[in-house]
Amino acid sequence: MNFDADYFWNLLLSTRFLHPAWIVVWMVAVSMTIGIALGAIGGIIMTSAIGPLKHVIRGYVALIRGIPVLVQIIFWYNGVPALTGGAINPPPFVAGIIALAINEGAYMTEIVRSGITAVERGQREASQALSLSYYSTMRRVILPQAIRIAIPPTGNQVINMIKNTSLLFAIAIPEIFATGTNIFSVNFRYFEVIAVVAIWYIILANGYGLIQKAIERRFARGRGSLFGT
Amino acid sequence: MNQALSTSTASKADVTASYGDPVIEIRDVQKWFGSHHALKDISMTVRRGEKVVVCGPSGSGKSTLIRCINGLERHQGGTIEIEGVELVDRSLRGIRREVGMVFQSFNLFPHLTILENCMLAPMESRKLIRKEASERAMEYLSRVRIGEQAKKYPSQLSGGQQQRAAIARALCMEPHIMLFDEPTSALDPEMISEVLDTMTELAASGMTMVCVTHEMGFAERIADRVVFMDDGRIAEEGPPAELFRQPKTERLSSFLQRILTH
Ligand SMILES: Nc1ncnc2c1ncn2[C@@H]1O[C@H](COP(=O)(O)OP(=O)(O)OP(=O)(O)O)[C@@H](O)[C@H]1O
Ligand SMILES: [Mg+2]
Repeated sequence: MNFDADYFWNLLLSTRFLHPAWIVVWMVAVSMTIGIALGAIGGIIMTSAIGPLKHVIRGYVALIRGIPVLVQIIFWYNGVPALTGGAINPPPFVAGIIALAINEGAYMTEIVRSGITAVERGQREASQALSLSYYSTMRRVILPQAIRIAIPPTGNQVINMIKNTSLLFAIAIPEIFATGTNIFSVNFRYFEVIAVVAIWYIILANGYGLIQKAIERRFARGRGSLFGT
Repeated sequence: MNQALSTSTASKADVTASYGDPVIEIRDVQKWFGSHHALKDISMTVRRGEKVVVCGPSGSGKSTLIRCINGLERHQGGTIEIEGVELVDRSLRGIRREVGMVFQSFNLFPHLTILENCMLAPMESRKLIRKEASERAMEYLSRVRIGEQAKKYPSQLSGGQQQRAAIARALCMEPHIMLFDEPTSALDPEMISEVLDTMTELAASGMTMVCVTHEMGFAERIADRVVFMDDGRIAEEGPPAELFRQPKTERLSSFLQRILTH
């Protein structure tokens, strides 16, 4: 076996991946926030009575979900400047966030839409019978329940996005995987480096898993039996 | 079976005549679900303070009828007037402020406490401030005898308590008319009477009520008039004593046989 344990432990316990990990964290935080906002708008429109806008959203979801994230990243970083003759030329971080956020918005639109439609029909009828407006019904009755339904799948999206940030190595963002490739392309210790890279992703993904649990617990209000509190 | 129906309501017919102005006027209403004709030429008047019980076999259109009264289903022919206002898109929200509804499945808001359930609509559609809404909610919650449950969530209450909370929630809008769609049929037998008691008290307070129910003892006690629906039509109507003891149609007598012997 060809495993350099000393090198592995040194790299794992070194500070080399701290900054790359931080880049992953804040890029996910920003992209996810924008993605959730896009998804909320898209999901609400999809369940509303606004006909033409629905087609626009449906097109957006079909388009984005059909294109690999890596292709979208390169599109925003290289494709857009090429198309506009350099007039629009987003720096790597901006291109990366646009790509991840717009990709996320499509998935979040579906999650928000199915969350809203999963709220029992009786809730809408009770609201109508109480003379609540569409706005009050959404804000006070439907969305709070839809959010609770949407939280677990949204958590999965966060974890997916943490791993998808590795694709940003293609546009020279010094995130975790890019840092790893820089190391093993010099010293060729592929296995040890990849193992350390993998461990960092595991830490981030499962660290987020703990936050997710806390969020779910907070939103379990009124549903004691369902979540076993 | 006569025992269940034995409480006397001999003078109900005279009482009906003394009721006030018509508050629900339904004229020749039609409702289709696709090609299915669910309501056929329904006409009916309910006066202020009157209590009408609607019964009939499954699928006869009882729910559809009372859901048309507050516009949860939109009728397609004829007219519905509530307190003199015709029910159309524009008048819908105004009418719903005056017409409370209680559902078979309670439909409480699970993410809000019982108190918040009762405060929401008065604050959002009647523009009450929080303090007024909470005082009013507590008043009605104690009237339905669940004041001490106010801080709990619906899932922490029994079915009977949930339905009484739903009644309190509707009453907090201080409606002029209350609609009930089989309010006790999702309840365990031992909880039915507590909900019926609440409804009986509400009836005694002078509320105008239209109630779909198969609780015939309750109907006999509170109803001025029973409407028997069959296949989308009003097949028979009259004071409960008359209707239950001398059904004119074969459909009604076999319906009564079925529900009283089951
Ligand atoms: N949303 C709907 N779409 C299609 N058909 C419907 C709809 N709602 C009701 N119907 C049909 O209309 C008819 C009347 O239904 P309704 O619910 O008013 O009956 P009901 O008398 O309340 O019966 P039950 O005692 O079972 O509650 C039934 O045949 C039913 O299948
Ligand atoms: Mg029904």
